[in-house]
Amino acid sequence: MSELETKERIQPGSAPGEDVAFEIIGDGDFPTTDMSLSIGPAHPATHGVFRIVLEMDGERVKRATPVIGYMHRGFEKLAEYRDYRQIKALVNRHDWLSGFSNELGVALAVETMLEMEVPDRAQWIRMLMAEWNRILNHLMFIGSYALELGAITPMFYAFRERDDIQALMESATGGRLHFTYNQVGGLKIDLPKGFLQESRRISTQVRERLPDYDDLVLGNEIFHGRTKGVGPLSTDVALSIGVTGPTLHATGVPEDSRVTEPYLKYGEIDVKVPVGENGDAFDRFYCLLRRIDASLDIIDQVHDHIPAGPVNSKLPKMVKAPEGATYVRTENPLGQLGYWLESDGGRTPWRLKMRTPSFSNVQAIPHLMEGALLPDAISILGSVFFVVGDIDR
Amino acid sequence: MATTALPGTGLLKGLGVTIKHLFKRPSTLMYPHERSDLAPRTRGVIALMDENCTVCMLCSRECPDWFIYIESHKETVPPAKEGGRARTRNVLDRFAIDFSLCMYCGICVEVCPFDALWWSPEFEYSEYSMDGLLHEMDKLREWADTVPAPPPLEEGALMPAEVADAIAKAEKDRELEAAKQEEAVQAKAAPEEAAGPKQGKAATKDFEVKAGEIDQETFDKLIAEGKSERIARSKAKAAYVKKEKARMRAEAEAAEAAAPAAPAPKPAEIHVEAGQIDQETFDKLIAEGKPERMARAKAKAAYVKKEKARLRAEAEAAEPAAATGSTEATEAATATEPAAVDAPAEAAEPAEPAKKLSDMHVEGTGEIDQEVFDKLIAEGKSERIARSKAKAAWIKKRKQQMLDEEGGA
Amino acid sequence: MNSALVSPANHAVAQSASVMDVGDGFLLPVLLKIAFVLGLFFVVPLVGGYMEHKVMGRMQHRRGPVEAGPFGSLQLVADGIKFIQKEDTIPRAADKWVFAAAPGVALVPAMLIFLVLPFGPGVFAVDLELGLLYALAITSVSVLGVLMGGWASANKFSLFGGLRAGAQLIAYELPLIIVAITVAVQAGTLSLVGIVEAQSTFMLAGTDINLWYVFPQFVGFGIFFVAAMAELSRPPFDMPIGDSELVFGYMTEYSGIKFAMFLLTEYGGMITMSALMVVLYLGGWQLLPGVPLPGCDGAGGLFDCGFLGTVLGVAVTMGKILALVFVMVWARVAYPRLREDQLQRISWLVLVPLSLLNLAVVTVFKVVF
Repeated sequence: MSELETKERIQPGSAPGEDVAFEIIGDGDFPTTDMSLSIGPAHPATHGVFRIVLEMDGERVKRATPVIGYMHRGFEKLAEYRDYRQIKALVNRHDWLSGFSNELGVALAVETMLEMEVPDRAQWIRMLMAEWNRILNHLMFIGSYALELGAITPMFYAFRERDDIQALMESATGGRLHFTYNQVGGLKIDLPKGFLQESRRISTQVRERLPDYDDLVLGNEIFHGRTKGVGPLSTDVALSIGVTGPTLHATGVPEDSRVTEPYLKYGEIDVKVPVGENGDAFDRFYCLLRRIDASLDIIDQVHDHIPAGPVNSKLPKMVKAPEGATYVRTENPLGQLGYWLESDGGRTPWRLKMRTPSFSNVQAIPHLMEGALLPDAISILGSVFFVVGDIDR
Repeated sequence: MATTALPGTGLLKGLGVTIKHLFKRPSTLMYPHERSDLAPRTRGVIALMDENCTVCMLCSRECPDWFIYIESHKETVPPAKEGGRARTRNVLDRFAIDFSLCMYCGICVEVCPFDALWWSPEFEYSEYSMDGLLHEMDKLREWADTVPAPPPLEEGALMPAEVADAIAKAEKDRELEAAKQEEAVQAKAAPEEAAGPKQGKAATKDFEVKAGEIDQETFDKLIAEGKSERIARSKAKAAYVKKEKARMRAEAEAAEAAAPAAPAPKPAEIHVEAGQIDQETFDKLIAEGKPERMARAKAKAAYVKKEKARLRAEAEAAEPAAATGSTEATEAATATEPAAVDAPAEAAEPAEPAKKLSDMHVEGTGEIDQEVFDKLIAEGKSERIARSKAKAAWIKKRKQQMLDEEGGA
Repeated sequence: MNSALVSPANHAVAQSASVMDVGDGFLLPVLLKIAFVLGLFFVVPLVGGYMEHKVMGRMQHRRGPVEAGPFGSLQLVADGIKFIQKEDTIPRAADKWVFAAAPGVALVPAMLIFLVLPFGPGVFAVDLELGLLYALAITSVSVLGVLMGGWASANKFSLFGGLRAGAQLIAYELPLIIVAITVAVQAGTLSLVGIVEAQSTFMLAGTDINLWYVFPQFVGFGIFFVAAMAELSRPPFDMPIGDSELVFGYMTEYSGIKFAMFLLTEYGGMITMSALMVVLYLGGWQLLPGVPLPGCDGAGGLFDCGFLGTVLGVAVTMGKILALVFVMVWARVAYPRLREDQLQRISWLVLVPLSLLNLAVVTVFKVVF
């Protein structure tokens, strides 16, 4: 260990003299110092390599500084060296909980540039899959948020549901997390027989089990105590820093591109966007949980809509987007996902810029954490739903 | 928003939910003892059917991680006919996949134009060291035996173009042959039987065989050979399904054999036991310095080929009438692309008009089949469902009508 | 049968004899008692821990341990062996001696409580005249080990955990002691055996219906239960560990056998606190209120039991203890964690006033009737 590192370790009882970041507060016989506490990069509450440096006065947070980039993998640059088929396998890895929605975004972008007509059947099936993916994602956060508040059980229940849904999606796509089911112009292959029946069954089953989460988490007084009024995000702040998804909906803004700017066939069905009132942690969680209901409603509608027909269109051997640029935004489970695709007509994009929801959402963390207690800071951290890979890309 | 009337009810509800689950069956699976049935499409491991590989290198080039290693050499094939030209072809020497680098995107399987790469749901190949994850050709070939049949598609799905083409072609052939002689149609069942390794994937649903049981004989044999139980079990399962199908088919044929024609070549005759090798080829290859494993595989193939040729000759000599069917069978057995695709398609949809229907294109005009609609409504279906089904029924009818007209013309 | 007022006092004076007081020698009983305490300490917490694993698993729709031993019953033993094999790391900046001593300081008191806990008729090591006081005093020592561990780890998360544990102890020791005193007031003795005895002769005023103290003092029982969970840092009061906030609180830097000692302390604490509750409120080894054990004579069938009665008495006590452990596990499964300040608020604003009220009411009743 270098000398520098050794110095950073504070001997118990000794004042950390060298460290200029600390200021002495108070005077007289009992001066105290602020403490800097580094949550992460490896900390149970950050579920990933995300770091927040907290300056604390006792248990109270004075300043919170998110430090990102531990998981930067250079997705945007990588994408410039991948053809569109490979990009699809690449993008479902930046937000690993919403693989399908990510690849959908890329497929839509390329299709927009090619001005390609996607078969109806493919579009409906894409919607079905995207909504199942959304539920998968939300279940994960419902489990993990409860876990961050110390309730271990919801995680297991959520994973039970997730497993059924993953098995369902696996039967069609072959993957449980990274689906790579989209392809430019449609889907790789049609659904296997019995998929829709199974999908209906699981939809009913998840619906039946959802009240358990209401009873176990949402209605619990301790949960109320830990979340109500914790980390309230005002609409103005949320809009000014580009917060989207359930975190924005919790502040009372029902901005959801499935409704405001429908893609696929969302315009033809009824999409509900649950909103909160106060924008606090409780509302964020509430929106997340109710979004599962909303997604199940969509799934039930889609079941009755899927027409017969092909699921993919004829493609050239090598898909090349024509010269030009386009921006496609989709409602990912965590918020707005935007892909800016610029092509010089080659087999790879010239530039693929990602606007990922998690990146924008974590911008809210410093605002929310200021003045909170340490447990509340964790509660806030969990309630601003993010995936670290989606922040750093 | 959820508000509770009495303080404490939320806490009690939480206790209620958990105690409720105490008495439920756990939803977990005792993994090494119990196994879940993975979907046939599951991306578990990549299997290689090396006889299909033409060393086109597409997979290797498209692989985002560049971990598919292919080595090959050119070989001159003597002219097929007297006076023909000798051709060169690529012979695969090495095909290796490094699963420590694989990200299971499936692009290689997707791009393979000759169906040499397949996904198998097997996933238990973890190793204590990374180099164990580099699977060479022989190992990849072993995985090929575990490749399940592709699931049939959901209702309303359109057949992939190549399958549809193959069906059309097959039907055309069939009509021609039917005109010539009836027996040939009977013999047609043979291709599926002899489709060789393709069979695994091209297995058909015409004879529904319940998977799950295993062929004890095969199982014991494999275990005795020192194979792991898992592999043995899966192979034995496949063997069972195969046998069972063969049996059912034979039965079906026997029932059909009311026709006076000479017995069509039985699948069992065309199907050549793959266990033996062609000693001559083997020796030659060994002498050429090829590794034993490859030599054996090739020798096996050579044996199968020879044997089939012999059988065909016999069949031809014995019964010229059966020749057409037999030839077809052998062609299919060599697993050329169209024939292979032919097999599943043919069997998947035994109803002939349905296949024709899929070729027809009818614009949905929004008209519905009133009869169907009324029936569904009476059955208590929602109006929306009834309407969409009635529409589909109308389109189907219309297609049938067009088909009939065409036939009439 | 004596009246409720007189009988306990008699017993408090005349100390009950343990079944281990055999022969006239000094050594044999002492050895027997040591074996008894150690045996209890290393076996009963494992049973409790196994139950926690299983119950938690089933409540979470999974199976819990299944592989180690029949139905996974030896899982904790296997864990123990694993912990022993693990490397024992000490952070470089740690205060080594304090760091090393902390698990022991936490563990030994948890073991020593077993000295006074009566598990059946005559099945106890010592019947101290001040048994209750001893038990309460010695449980508080455990937190010293926690504080030491948190301080010595040279880790901010550990320090947080240790301090939270200290704060929690101060906040919850008070209501705990007050409600325990209330029981002592009602029983008229501080001897744990005496309290069990007193419960067998406690009658509902004006009738001859035998009652355990849980009935007149259900408020006290509730407070004791909550305070015990808080003092043990059991969820939902596990802020000192708070794995999502403090990584693992004061245990963050511990590994191997030292970590196992902390864990054993926690499980031991669960058992001892449950045992205290059984003794104070649930009538000890009585089957049901007013129902003496078969094969016993004497007051309420509590002493002078034959072999069968003794075994049955121990079984009854253990059953009650495990039932309480079950409730603790149940709460752990069902609830999220409270916040530290909420916890303090509950203690000072709810539990302390309530326990004082409880004491006042019980004392008044005691004097009046």
